[in-house]
Amino acid sequence: MDLTDFASAVGPTGPVTIAGSSTRGGAVPDVRVVHAPSGIEWIQADEMIVSCGAATPVAELDDALREVGQTVALPLSGTVGGALAVGRSGVRRLGDGPVRDVLLQAHYISAAGAMVKAGGPTVKNVSGFDLCRLLVGSRGTLGFLGAVILRTRPLTAVSQWFRRDGEPWDVFARLYRPVSVLWDGAATWVLLEGHADDVHEQAALVGLAPTDGPPALPGGGRWSLAPSALRSLTGSAGFVAEIGVGVVHHTRPAPHREIAAPLVALHARLKHELDPSGRLNPGVDPAAEPAAVAAAR
Amino acid sequence: MTAVVTTPAAAPSSATTLLDELRAAVGADRVRIGAAELSLYRRDASNFDGNASVVVFPADAAQVQAVVTACVRHRTNYVARGSGTGLAGGATPLDGAVVISLAKMNRILSVDADARQAWVEPGVLNLDLSKAVAHLGLHFAPDPSSQQSCTVGGNVANNSGGPHCLADGVTSAHILACEVVTPEGDIVVFGGEDPEPLGLDLRGAFVGSEGMFGIATRICVRLTQNPPAVRTMLLDYSSVEDGAATVSAIIADGMVPAALEMMDALCTRAVEEYIHAGLPMDAAAILLVEVAGLPHGLEHEVERIIAIGRAHGARNVRVAQDEAERALLWKGRKTAFGAIARIKPNYYLHDTVVPRRKLPEVLEQVYEIAARHELLVMNVFHAGDGNLHPLLVFDKREPGVMARVHAAGEEIVRVSVAAGGVLSGEHGIGLEKRDYMPLMFAPADLAAQASMRAAFDPTGLANPTKVLPSPAGCGDVHHVPEGAWI
Repeated sequence: MDLTDFASAVGPTGPVTIAGSSTRGGAVPDVRVVHAPSGIEWIQADEMIVSCGAATPVAELDDALREVGQTVALPLSGTVGGALAVGRSGVRRLGDGPVRDVLLQAHYISAAGAMVKAGGPTVKNVSGFDLCRLLVGSRGTLGFLGAVILRTRPLTAVSQWFRRDGEPWDVFARLYRPVSVLWDGAATWVLLEGHADDVHEQAALVGLAPTDGPPALPGGGRWSLAPSALRSLTGSAGFVAEIGVGVVHHTRPAPHREIAAPLVALHARLKHELDPSGRLNPGVDPAAEPAAVAAAR
Repeated sequence: MTAVVTTPAAAPSSATTLLDELRAAVGADRVRIGAAELSLYRRDASNFDGNASVVVFPADAAQVQAVVTACVRHRTNYVARGSGTGLAGGATPLDGAVVISLAKMNRILSVDADARQAWVEPGVLNLDLSKAVAHLGLHFAPDPSSQQSCTVGGNVANNSGGPHCLADGVTSAHILACEVVTPEGDIVVFGGEDPEPLGLDLRGAFVGSEGMFGIATRICVRLTQNPPAVRTMLLDYSSVEDGAATVSAIIADGMVPAALEMMDALCTRAVEEYIHAGLPMDAAAILLVEVAGLPHGLEHEVERIIAIGRAHGARNVRVAQDEAERALLWKGRKTAFGAIARIKPNYYLHDTVVPRRKLPEVLEQVYEIAARHELLVMNVFHAGDGNLHPLLVFDKREPGVMARVHAAGEEIVRVSVAAGGVLSGEHGIGLEKRDYMPLMFAPADLAAQASMRAAFDPTGLANPTKVLPSPAGCGDVHHVPEGAWI
């Protein structure tokens, strides 16, 4: 994908911010805005990879992939670039893995206005230091994603949500690789995928009944707890917890967290090395609690 | 959650030698400077020899911290090391570096079966970890062929792979957090047990950084459920192309087998003569396919794979009937290197990745390159990932053979990258691939990686001169870095 125009738009000097479809916070106010290219460049189903512009809507990408029996493990809202820049998974993370593992190769525009490539185009690649992992979740502070190669995954024959009253612990312990296990303090929801007979047997094993979909997720705060700490929510309400993952969608804001001083310094050094004048998404701090970012599904 | 455990101790008040400080840090008996011992640590499992000035064996993070702090105070390079099974020279000490062996830090600290997480020290052996959690129905998914002897810390440093990474991902996907002694001597935690630690993914940047971003002293790994059922199949072909076409067709059909491994004719014959597993001696290629999961889906996949195999020219399909037969088939794959020693005393193992669809074409080029350099080549590799492992076998006593081995190796790397592939699938860059980085990356790309290094290691003393080509070498391929020899 030709990123020349995008690189020119970013340029080498002056504050600049990037916007996709503004579902995850959008551009920095009062700063010159640029937009990444949009569109799918190619899909290689037999390699399980896809190349697209960062501004491609995730839904558009997913529709195209479904035509070849595949999908991509990004939350189905906003743009591909936005999903990667924020790095927050949807409720399928237990089965699909985190957003950070989806990105194989990134072509981004650096603070100097140069086109930079990170990572490799194959699913398995060791290509020096793993800049791709650093870019995911960096909220456009280290470089602006222009085009990416993503890992896809095959769709399964059956995908069905189930529900059961009560706690999730034995469900989580006994099921084999469920795609999602959610718990709101009173009931447990489970997403099972695979061969129809396996799905039905797994559901019967722990007494699950089919249901239409997951519960509505509270949007007050997105908590990040160790999976072993989720039991501490027992007896409370106003949340939907992702069992085995640790993300908790809560009506209340997330508890305050702090980064240790040496890590604050390391963040500053990374920013200084990759964006010495602080021109990319000025004021955005990837190490600050992202209160303004709505829970993405 | 990220947290500082401690910060470095104050400098000693009087001038001391590095050796004195190292002895104070870990105890005199854990600081070795004997010529014989230094000789053992002058290299890893690659063909690069370096030289160590001292080898230290710290017992915990505080001791690693004290060692790093001493090295920094004396402006001396240091190299962390696990079992030394690395194949790219990442743990080869150069210029008299201090070797920090983590082999004594080999405890499994805690296992949380409910959360499927464990904290381990870096010197824990890969397979020991899986064995230790087997009774819980869990395992550590990355499974390099060296898993009996390689360490989890080494897996983290190299972002190692293995046959089962096709379905489960490479090491990075299984590392939740690392307690790290930074090059500045702080003890910090990158990542966390929780899913969304605050800030940049320092954990992700650290995995695969080959000891150049700090030294892991505790690692939190994700444990994976053992599959309820496994089926292992062996398909054999009269042409490599048919085998490779089967691989692509299986993936395109929407299946991701747990493993999809290929051996070519020469390798198959060598292995069969070695272990007598009943492998077809006349096959041009054999495919080892393993599927894992729930029983109904599994039976469906076995049927599909057999049909796809036959449609692409498979002559025979052998489905392992029991665990003993499965183990025998895998033994063939995993003992390939032992078998090869029967043919020639030395080998050079390469590691590149190409798009699956390019496998037949690149393999053809690999055979041509080997023939032109009058070398034997065997291929045993992770076909499902397109991860080639051409093995050049030779007798290094033969005059001039090493020059041919390296010339052929460089051509193999070049054709792999030219086919849209990458320099390494799982062995790392180290010294071996360092000067090939410009084949894949432009100066601006390499500068971005150098920025990461500068940010993580402002001292420049943590395993320097690995991974990144020196600026003067960009665009050039000089295979032997200064301070090393082959």
